[in-house]
Amino acid sequence: MAELYLPSTLPPLFPGLPRRLELDATTVAEALDRLDERWPGVRDRLCEPGPGLRTHIHVYVDRERAALDTALEPRSRVDVITAISGG
Amino acid sequence: MSKTVLIVGTYKGCFLLESDEARRSWELRGPFCENWPIFHAVHDPATGSIYAAAASEWHGASVWRSPDLGETWTQSSEGLGYGEGEDALKLSKVSGLTVANGRIFAGAENPGVFESRDGGETWSLLTTLEGQPGSDAWNDPANQPPGHLGVPAILPHPDDPARYWAIVQGVGIFETRDDAASWTPRNRGLRADWPLENPEVGYCVHKLVMSPADPDRLYQQNHVGVHRSDDTGESWTEITDGLPSEFGFAAAAHPHDRDTFYVIPLDGGHGRVMPEGRAAVWRTQDAGASWERLDEGLPQHDAHVGVLREGMAIDTHDEPGVYFGTSTGQLFASADAGESWSEIATYLPQIRSVEVAIVD
Repeated sequence: MAELYLPSTLPPLFPGLPRRLELDATTVAEALDRLDERWPGVRDRLCEPGPGLRTHIHVYVDRERAALDTALEPRSRVDVITAISGG
Repeated sequence: MSKTVLIVGTYKGCFLLESDEARRSWELRGPFCENWPIFHAVHDPATGSIYAAAASEWHGASVWRSPDLGETWTQSSEGLGYGEGEDALKLSKVSGLTVANGRIFAGAENPGVFESRDGGETWSLLTTLEGQPGSDAWNDPANQPPGHLGVPAILPHPDDPARYWAIVQGVGIFETRDDAASWTPRNRGLRADWPLENPEVGYCVHKLVMSPADPDRLYQQNHVGVHRSDDTGESWTEITDGLPSEFGFAAAAHPHDRDTFYVIPLDGGHGRVMPEGRAAVWRTQDAGASWERLDEGLPQHDAHVGVLREGMAIDTHDEPGVYFGTSTGQLFASADAGESWSEIATYLPQIRSVEVAIVD
């Protein structure tokens, strides 16, 4: 199970969505798909239409910058960060 | 007794202000929409819902909705997008909302119009105005200003659901009479202070309004001048003479008098604020033949404030209230058609839109 940490801006949009949760997934994209199955629409808040993260959403897997196709280990930590903008 | 409600979209969320029919004191609530940047927030008189077009720099474009005057909110962007693939247009934000005949129209950047027929739960692409004169250039990245060109507004016809007008920034007005199946440029008579390859398009229409008293009468604040149409946009006559500046964004038409119209002239250079630091709204009561400055109660010293495209609204009371919000967060109201003004909010975030509703 990968351990997923979400930014504080997401839970207010999706009732019941926690900041931290565990998911069974082999890639970042799969983790976001699992998330979207339980909270429809959450993937759209993190990804552009098509295979890409939104410009100012950064994902780290085990502290390394990651993309949607980055593989997850069974105990990977995935940090989703709202980066750079918002001033 | 009815309430008058102002719906204020700001850079940091949506706010609501409520008053009674006298419109002398106001109670403010908000911020709503999790402080997302709001570009335009509107009220649907048929359902009572509020819709707010938003674009988070992190989480993208979405439309928030509240069915209960701000008590609860949800957001959805399902269907708001141009699809996948390298050649697909990017949707950077939803810039303008229009509610008409059971539909919600959303004007988007890059240029396109989306619609929702289920109260904002899902959206579908109605048109990109593909093939219209100018369309080959308006999606070219080389032609883009900071941000993108887009469709900032859709103006509906009150009696014909299939007839409406869309503005494409820097290109002009297009009219459809068959629900977006075909379009016609409606810019004849407008001025352009730059060379035009095709005189049908190339105009910078900032704000287009229709007289609620006469749907044949349209007004617009353009990048260069204020213009009037007496034939539903088929031709335009410039009515700038008498105003202190030809430039501005916001405009509003009187609800009961087709000849009365309001604008807020701004410095057209880098400033884009009211001239000489003196705040004023300007009104014509003779369809643009003459203009009067309305500034009683507005700051007349050191008021370097601007008002954006959707930043002014007018209500439908017998003596209408006029409202405007500044890009520095002050909100002003007049309960006597602009004769006198008071500041009803001082420290809001940058105000992008002001709309007004009368609710029971």
